[in-house]
Amino acid sequence: MRQYVMGILRESSDLRIDEVSSGFEAFKVLAREAFEVVITDINMPDINGLDLVRFIKRSARHAETRIIVITTQTAKKTKEKLLDLGVDGFLTKPFEPDAITALVTTLTGGDGSDPSRDEK
Amino acid sequence: MSKKSKKRGSRALTEFVNEAQDILEALGRDLMAIDRTPENEEVDPELVNNLFRGVHTLKSLSGMFGVDHLAELAHQEESLLEEIRLGRIGLSKEILNLLFESLEIVTMIITKVNDTGDVEDAGLQGSTDEFMAKIAVAAGRHEEAASMTPRGSRNPMQQLGADVLEVLTEYEEHRLKTNLKRGLPIYRISMRFDLESIDINLEEIRGKLKPIGEIITYLPSSDESDIDKLGIDIILVLTEQLETLEQALEGIEAELIEVVPSTQDQGHPRRRTTPPSFSPKDVLSEAQEVTDQPPPKPSLISRVPGPAEEQSLSLRSVSQTVRVDIRKLDHLMNVVGELAVVRAAISRMSEKVSQIVGRSDLTIELDQMNRGLDRRLTALREGILEVRMVPLGQMFDRLARMVRKIAMELNKEIHFVISGSDTEVDKLITEELSDPLMHIIRNAIDHGVESGRERNAQGKPNFGTVALTAYQKGSHVVIEVEDDGAGIDTERLLEVAINRGVIDEESAVSLTTREVINLIFHPGISTSRKTTEISGRGVGMDIVKTNVSALGGVIEVQSELQIGTKFTITLPVTLATIQALLVAIEGKTYAIPLNTVSEAIFVATADIQPMLGNETITLRGETLVLCRLTEFFGIPREETPEEEICVVVAALGQQRLGLVVDVLYSQQDVVIKSLGPSLKEMTCFSGATDIGEERLALVIDTSQVIDKFFSTQDGPEFRALMV
Repeated sequence: MRQYVMGILRESSDLRIDEVSSGFEAFKVLAREAFEVVITDINMPDINGLDLVRFIKRSARHAETRIIVITTQTAKKTKEKLLDLGVDGFLTKPFEPDAITALVTTLTGGDGSDPSRDEK
Repeated sequence: MSKKSKKRGSRALTEFVNEAQDILEALGRDLMAIDRTPENEEVDPELVNNLFRGVHTLKSLSGMFGVDHLAELAHQEESLLEEIRLGRIGLSKEILNLLFESLEIVTMIITKVNDTGDVEDAGLQGSTDEFMAKIAVAAGRHEEAASMTPRGSRNPMQQLGADVLEVLTEYEEHRLKTNLKRGLPIYRISMRFDLESIDINLEEIRGKLKPIGEIITYLPSSDESDIDKLGIDIILVLTEQLETLEQALEGIEAELIEVVPSTQDQGHPRRRTTPPSFSPKDVLSEAQEVTDQPPPKPSLISRVPGPAEEQSLSLRSVSQTVRVDIRKLDHLMNVVGELAVVRAAISRMSEKVSQIVGRSDLTIELDQMNRGLDRRLTALREGILEVRMVPLGQMFDRLARMVRKIAMELNKEIHFVISGSDTEVDKLITEELSDPLMHIIRNAIDHGVESGRERNAQGKPNFGTVALTAYQKGSHVVIEVEDDGAGIDTERLLEVAINRGVIDEESAVSLTTREVINLIFHPGISTSRKTTEISGRGVGMDIVKTNVSALGGVIEVQSELQIGTKFTITLPVTLATIQALLVAIEGKTYAIPLNTVSEAIFVATADIQPMLGNETITLRGETLVLCRLTEFFGIPREETPEEEICVVVAALGQQRLGLVVDVLYSQQDVVIKSLGPSLKEMTCFSGATDIGEERLALVIDTSQVIDKFFSTQDGPEFRALMV
């Protein structure tokens, strides 16, 4: 699924995408580097997505970083918490390819390549 | 759905039966473990969570294969378990009995499906319905009971502080509450980790803490005083004595804060669930308790089926298959690769020996044994490749269900004709192929096939036909999707391409029809909604092409106005071997995956033009940027003036890059062996390969090279992290 999302993003945006496979690993990378966008699942094998979101939002280095959380049938309460923490957008599975690119385009301020693109 | 489609291919059903059986076995194990929990102890929440997840998977699986009554049953159970998992309903003996009973019913359903190949069986429908009613009753009754249990008036949760509470998921919050009710102490363990090894260290600590407590969550701190370190706080419910925790953390620099003290000794007379330390006597008596099933728990005995009963329930495995993690096969393949290197060494030794001692019985025998080894090695390799093969049928069935759904939504009548379901491909390929195929078929129905009225006007039958065909062709598998719809309007497609600046009018004139049709794979065309309305297809076609290329495949399209469109995907049968072009750079051999190469050409140095800091050439009217691989890989090289250079044109999607190499060798089928962890940093190589005669070649990861080459060129860029 992650490969699928990344494939869509690689082809349709100017994003340079790095990939990690667990929350612990994300800490490792985020503590060293800054990103424009972080796309994360709420369910990870180790930590939960909320912990990661909070880490990013509190860190001065990542003040500019936007966060998109991939959710399934997340309890409403969890979603509210995420919004409180300052999450910038949600992707609810199953999603259309267009929804992913549209969201990322909006968050990165638009790549200017196609202003007429529909946003879902 | 017609009656016929209810009976699925036996192969697909075997998959269903295997997987369902695995789930069933896991559920049985967890239920037994729950059942063994002594009455005065709380059931391990992880077991309940496992049950929940297992039933959830069973539900999805049954739904996928159309075993609808099983899906329904699993759904009911899932809802019940969700309530239990969140502590809204207690896990009573009655519910546990029901869960056990459900295993029997599920086993019966699966056995029946396996025997008859029929996913819909009216005979069992009755007992399933009856059972579901029981579950509903149980859920309702216990809900009332749970709501009546008094709750503690004081809220110790607040002691944790808002910073912790705000990041807990509903499930974590529930676990915390439950533990607080039991009066267990809660600790906050603060640690700092080196970033380089944080994942490994955290994993290690998790392993140490798990047996002595329950980790609720990890809180990362954002203190950036030292950028090479990261602080992590672990919120832990301690089930053992404090000393055990201190022992576990020995040698680790950690700060321990008791956030919520234990209330077990202060008016909450709840016994510790596990004794802090076992004496040999304790262990003995406990073991007996489990095996002997003493009288105080009569209910337990009644739940264990007797031998006769067991047989009638048929808990034995129905099929004779083993399911294997594909990574284990990758590992085996690697070992085979290494064996080939050893064999080559032996072969050389054998030759040497015969040179020294001359031809004798001994050397002849050695030579024969060596040949025998070679033959068996080849057989072993082929055997492993064969294990990775699965029929496409299962994926095709899923596509058929999707077609039915889309046709209904769009109110179009579609005949979906499948052939070649038995064609086998590498397991990984089927996984990666389903999305692209889904895309193509959806487009064919949505934009290709006209409405009934339009079709009538053209003298076509009312219903549209979409054919999905698979067959093997040499070492490749061909998959075709053909529709009898409107076809691609090339004139309008070209018009759009020019309007959108994908191509200029001048070069548009020289395009062949085939080249124009191929424009649908261009990202500038295919991501646009407007084009979709005009050309009839296109959304995400560029992604389809990228995904197919990533599998080492090629996609082609043929289309004729009013007649229809046909997509042809040609894929290698397996991912384990690839076709590669062998080249030399500074005397070393490298392999470039052939599917990323569009051509190899010789270019006169005089034709190279500098442009924006790059060397470029003009190839059939288009500018091609050159990448000197020696420079790119940082290989030292003496400057020698050349009249001609050798360029391998790498193409991935719409990106092209001319890789400058010294010598072109041949084309060869190679088995890629991944590089060891110490070489993981070498991102531009996907692995190494044995090219015979004991020589190894690095396999160039073309997409990485292209990415890296252009990313070091570009100005500011957006970066994303995918977790």
